[in-house]
Amino acid sequence: ILFPQAPRMFAPNSRNSVSPVLLLVLLGCVLCPPAQASKSSEDIRCKCICPPYRNISGHIYNKNVSQKDCNCLHVVEPMPVPGNDVEAYCLLCECKYEERSTTTIKVIIIIYLSVVGALLLYMAFLVLVDPLIRKPDPYTQPLHNEEDSEDAHSLAAVPTLAGARANTVLERVEGAQQRWKRQVQEQRKTVFDRHKMLS
Amino acid sequence: MDQKGFRRGSFQSATSDEDMLEIAGASTDFSMADDDPPLDREMGGFSSYNGGGMNGTSTMMDFLEEPLPGVGTYEDFNTIDWVREKSRDRDRHREITNRSKESTWALLHSVSDAFSGWLLMLLIGLLAGSLAGLIDISAHWMTDLKEGVCLAGFWFNHEHCCWKSNTTFTDRDKCPEWKSWSQLILGHGEGAFAYILNYFMYVVWALMFSLLAVLLVKGFAPYACGSGIPEIKTILSGFIIRGYLGKWTLVIKTITLVLAVSSGLSLGKEGPLVHVACCCGNILCHLFTKYRKNEAKRREVLSAAAAAGVSVAFGAPIGGVLFSLEEVSYYFPLKTLWRSFFAALVAAFTLRSINPFGNSRLVLFYVEFHMPWHLLELVPFILLGIFGGLWGAFFIRSNIAWCRRRKTTRLGKYPVLEVIVVTAITAILAFPNEYTRMSTSELISELFNDCGILDSSKLCEYVNDFNSTKGDDLPDRAAGPGVYTAMWQLALALIMKVFITIFTFGMKVPSGLFIPSMAVGAIAGRLLGVAVEQLAFYHHDWAIFSGWCSPGADCITPGLYAMVGAAACLGGVTRMTVSLVVIMFELTGGLEYIVPLMAAAMTSKWVADAIGREGIYDAHIRLNGYPFLEAKEEFSHKTRAMDVMRPRKSDPPLTVITQDTMTVEDVETIITSTTYSGYPVVVSRASQRLVGFVLRRDLIISIENARKKQDGIVSTSIICFTDYCPPLPPSSPSVLKLRSILDLSPFTVTDETPMEIVVDIFRKLGLRQCLVTHNGKLLGIITKKDVLKHIAQMANQDPDSILFN
Repeated sequence: ILFPQAPRMFAPNSRNSVSPVLLLVLLGCVLCPPAQASKSSEDIRCKCICPPYRNISGHIYNKNVSQKDCNCLHVVEPMPVPGNDVEAYCLLCECKYEERSTTTIKVIIIIYLSVVGALLLYMAFLVLVDPLIRKPDPYTQPLHNEEDSEDAHSLAAVPTLAGARANTVLERVEGAQQRWKRQVQEQRKTVFDRHKMLS
Repeated sequence: MDQKGFRRGSFQSATSDEDMLEIAGASTDFSMADDDPPLDREMGGFSSYNGGGMNGTSTMMDFLEEPLPGVGTYEDFNTIDWVREKSRDRDRHREITNRSKESTWALLHSVSDAFSGWLLMLLIGLLAGSLAGLIDISAHWMTDLKEGVCLAGFWFNHEHCCWKSNTTFTDRDKCPEWKSWSQLILGHGEGAFAYILNYFMYVVWALMFSLLAVLLVKGFAPYACGSGIPEIKTILSGFIIRGYLGKWTLVIKTITLVLAVSSGLSLGKEGPLVHVACCCGNILCHLFTKYRKNEAKRREVLSAAAAAGVSVAFGAPIGGVLFSLEEVSYYFPLKTLWRSFFAALVAAFTLRSINPFGNSRLVLFYVEFHMPWHLLELVPFILLGIFGGLWGAFFIRSNIAWCRRRKTTRLGKYPVLEVIVVTAITAILAFPNEYTRMSTSELISELFNDCGILDSSKLCEYVNDFNSTKGDDLPDRAAGPGVYTAMWQLALALIMKVFITIFTFGMKVPSGLFIPSMAVGAIAGRLLGVAVEQLAFYHHDWAIFSGWCSPGADCITPGLYAMVGAAACLGGVTRMTVSLVVIMFELTGGLEYIVPLMAAAMTSKWVADAIGREGIYDAHIRLNGYPFLEAKEEFSHKTRAMDVMRPRKSDPPLTVITQDTMTVEDVETIITSTTYSGYPVVVSRASQRLVGFVLRRDLIISIENARKKQDGIVSTSIICFTDYCPPLPPSSPSVLKLRSILDLSPFTVTDETPMEIVVDIFRKLGLRQCLVTHNGKLLGIITKKDVLKHIAQMANQDPDSILFN
């Protein structure tokens, strides 16, 4: 094969946890359309703020015009001052063109809330439900024993125990989840217990 | 599931003098030590090394041609070998170039290989920009959620809720669709009870957000706390921290950053955004073999990703690249400069198209005025610089003292409680003062703002004389009562922010400190600016003002003072120089204010350096004991290599392996009885002439693989590191050839080499270890940890504070 790296270049790495990758992909897919979303008519405006002038009180004018028409003459209507005063009045007014995308905002907030909700549910599951449904594995030691014993250096080959059963999808997912949990446990020990990193 | 009994325990090492970090139970298992382990599952032959993996689907590895999987990878909390990584990349590139002449397919492969870097930068920019947009919009919404909710659609924040409604000129911030909590619950928003209810809801929401943040961090990704920049600096200098830039860390950091910022804590999101961008970079590296397998190339990508992170945080692509160059990166080849700029631009452009703040602005506090300033104003600017330097030094000292207390005493045992208490204190103190109630970014935006005729905030409540207004240019005016109220409220806010940030930075939630420092500086600057403005207005006949500030002219811009103050404080804390000025002038969109910014930044850096040498990130690196060899300091002592090398005079002699006389069993004994990460190979024990250097990890992998796969390798087999092994009688077991894992060009210095040169060599080449010879014979070894300990010793610091390899 001349090009052995090709399939590996784009092989997905969904080893220890599928959900963050899915979330990222989802995020990417959903964020792209809002970025190019066509602007609905209610999402653009020209806003002119005119301060009090002589005996006229201050007022804010909003109008749905394009950027080139966003000036005092097009937006301020009805014009409160007579014709010869219009220029002086308009000099005081400040006009800004603003646009936003309500769809983007809505989509992003909903994505964010759903991710937070999913994480909360997962955390609740791990804390409450998981210990109940998981039967204690006969050849696993409890995790809190890890920090006590130091390993003797050994190069002797030890037959792998969990080798044969990690083949069905469920088993693989469970294996991945166990590995991830151990990893988080390790990180937690480094950061929270031994304070070796991140003060 | 404890893997102690399995063979992976052989990769572990206990407390080591030399190189390995003692993390009991820390797996050096390739499959679990890392989010994205260096060895891919696709290499089926490797699976037998992981105790828990599948067995048996191994392909026969030909020792003479293909390197074993696992050889050339690194363990967690170790330093990479830059020289080896770079030469491996050059080899790979050479091979691809040579093969490209063979067929069109290979040619296409070489072209795609060359473009893979640019494609990767594009993807990093897109992902970083999108995540920054998500963070900005969500944080903006959740911050406003503490005060009320929008009836027109709960996903709108205050500003967007009032977008559609017709507001009057006098009541520009109120609109009927936005209901504060007391209005929602009680039906009206006035009165003492409504105020108390608002207060209560504010504190409750703040507590909920921060509690959720710290629980998520603790439960899912403990590496997601803190700022991230010290650790990224260390990673970019060659250190390996597996999982620090992984998928879960990315997700949790993004989510909890929003929560932490929204809870009203005195922290910012710029530092964590750099971490988020580097996570994106690391994750996307796995799509390309070129970057996945090579740690040095990956660090180039991470430098570019860090630039993209700062670029989206400040809307400053050039500033981002300079920040990456100055603060974060260790080796920054010129090729990376162009690619970082590309990534930063793509990220900024993506963020702009998501448009989180409306009006296509990238940052909330974009400054739009262009008033001129006068040379005499340099005096207050330099005063602000001195204030920034003093505050920076004070903040670093107290924050490090507090973090050290958190590390060593019982305070560190209650991280969740600590976060809750700090949030409660912050929220309770922040609500009464309007300037601390609003989010820090909004505060900075308001302080940077120059008061125009249409501004209705308290800070702009000057005594207006409408008859003398000419157009939009307002003259200096006397301060109205609103300004005086704002002044003392701001002073209180300043005091509160100065003290509470000390306790907030470093907590177990993502926390940055750019925004709080800028806020402190902006408040101080604005106060000084208003003071100078009023001084000029009331005493315009003084000699210093009469020349340039006539009555009726607009000479003093307090917004500019706020900006200069912000730059000064940020410079005092982080000791940034060029990148700070460039970020600030990209924020303002013009070159008018470069001279005041530079004056303030330089003054603050000098003042702060006079008090304490290190910036906040270097101080945290030293606090945590990361093996970071500072590239900016000069080593100026007259020690020599023989003073630093191991073994010392009283130690047993150097453990070496001979080139062709040791058996497998001897080598295994050496490996198990010592904890060194590598061994020199000599011709013979008598001559001690150097052949090369072999790494422990490579030895272990090769020997185990040989025992399994090769026929005839037993404990009494000779290990041979040379090309031509000595002939053996036919009855003896077959020879194990390990020349392929031997590094034939280890760096050596003589024992009389001054340590200045040795430190320089370590810095410039990125070495892990260096052999010391005397009269051509091998005498000892100097490792990076020895160098760091020596530097610490020379600087009278505790040499045992260097914890890691």
